[in-house]
Amino acid sequence: MTASVRVQSCPRGPLLVRGAEVVLDDEGVAHDVRRPVVALCTCGMSARKPWCDATHKSIPDDAR
Amino acid sequence: MQLPHPCGPVSRRVVDCLSRPAFATPEVALGDGPALGDRDLQLALWTLYELSYRGFDDVDPRREWDIGLIALRSQIEDRVESELRAATRQRVTAALAREDDIAALVLALVQQDDAPSLSSYLRRTATREQMQDFLRERSVQQLKESDPQAFLVPRLSGAAKVALAELQYDEFGAGQPERLHQSMYARTLAAAGLDHSYGAYVNDVSALSLASANLMSMLALHRRLVFAGAGHFAAFEASSSVPSRRIAAGLERVGLAEAADYFHEHVEADAVHEQVAARDLCGPLVQEHPSAFGEIVFGVACALHLDALSSAELLARWGVLPETGVTDEVAS
Repeated sequence: MTASVRVQSCPRGPLLVRGAEVVLDDEGVAHDVRRPVVALCTCGMSARKPWCDATHKSIPDDAR
Repeated sequence: MQLPHPCGPVSRRVVDCLSRPAFATPEVALGDGPALGDRDLQLALWTLYELSYRGFDDVDPRREWDIGLIALRSQIEDRVESELRAATRQRVTAALAREDDIAALVLALVQQDDAPSLSSYLRRTATREQMQDFLRERSVQQLKESDPQAFLVPRLSGAAKVALAELQYDEFGAGQPERLHQSMYARTLAAAGLDHSYGAYVNDVSALSLASANLMSMLALHRRLVFAGAGHFAAFEASSSVPSRRIAAGLERVGLAEAADYFHEHVEADAVHEQVAARDLCGPLVQEHPSAFGEIVFGVACALHLDALSSAELLARWGVLPETGVTDEVAS
């Protein structure tokens, strides 16, 4: 496995990850990557962690 | 697919022309009323566009390039575009006065949109029949989900093209036929007890549902509108993740859990897509073509305008007062 993983940070949004095959969540559980690019939750509020579910949009800027 | 049932003089003329083998010169007066809400015009346009997608039984595929039909299509498109330019002018001017970069602006415009929330109603209150009504209305665009935007690909270059291809790969199943989004929508229709064949409800859906589907085709089939097409796509993706979560919850609430798969998929997929579309598609477009900025914003405004009109239409049909009030644009 020589593919590189690329990570792109979205201001006030998720991390976009390309090239990964598996993402480990906080508990060490492995989640298969099934898309060419995935978005990882960074606000901690997603109901589908480790994936972003756009919940960050409902967090007011001053509460971040 | 069969030709649709005409519902006025323009769609009648189009269907008549396509029912005969010879190329045609369909001279027909279009009238001068609003085009987006005119079912006859929108059905005629949908039928003409469909010649470039799946076509119709017993219609010669060469009619896609019937010059008389294309002339009529252009006339209708001019009317639609003028109406959209006028309806979005205020929103576009206000947006262009802001100092955001294009990615932040696209996401902010969608987030700050104050149209009535159809998805909140679907989540909390809609009956099973209203859910089915919603799924039926959306079917004319979702059964060809992402097909229009595929026409944008050859008009782009460089990083923007890479981003659109990446998005489309996911929309088209990411290598797994069972994940093809338009097929997932067909399974949603079937699970909700509805006809899932392509075009099944074209004779039933509203002018605005046809107009929403037609808008994507118009922006994708004209190279001069490619930036608006990209902006529309970005706005469409950015207004999907959170509503999809609500719609999935609504479907589960009324006992249509099997129909919710498509929407669950879109919670996750579109949380990715909205970022990629705003940052990696629209961003490079503006870098490479500074003049694209205004057209991307126009595309965003078109998406929001149609979404607001469609949401208000369904909520009014069901006798529901909009939760957040009707915006000026909806009222006009």
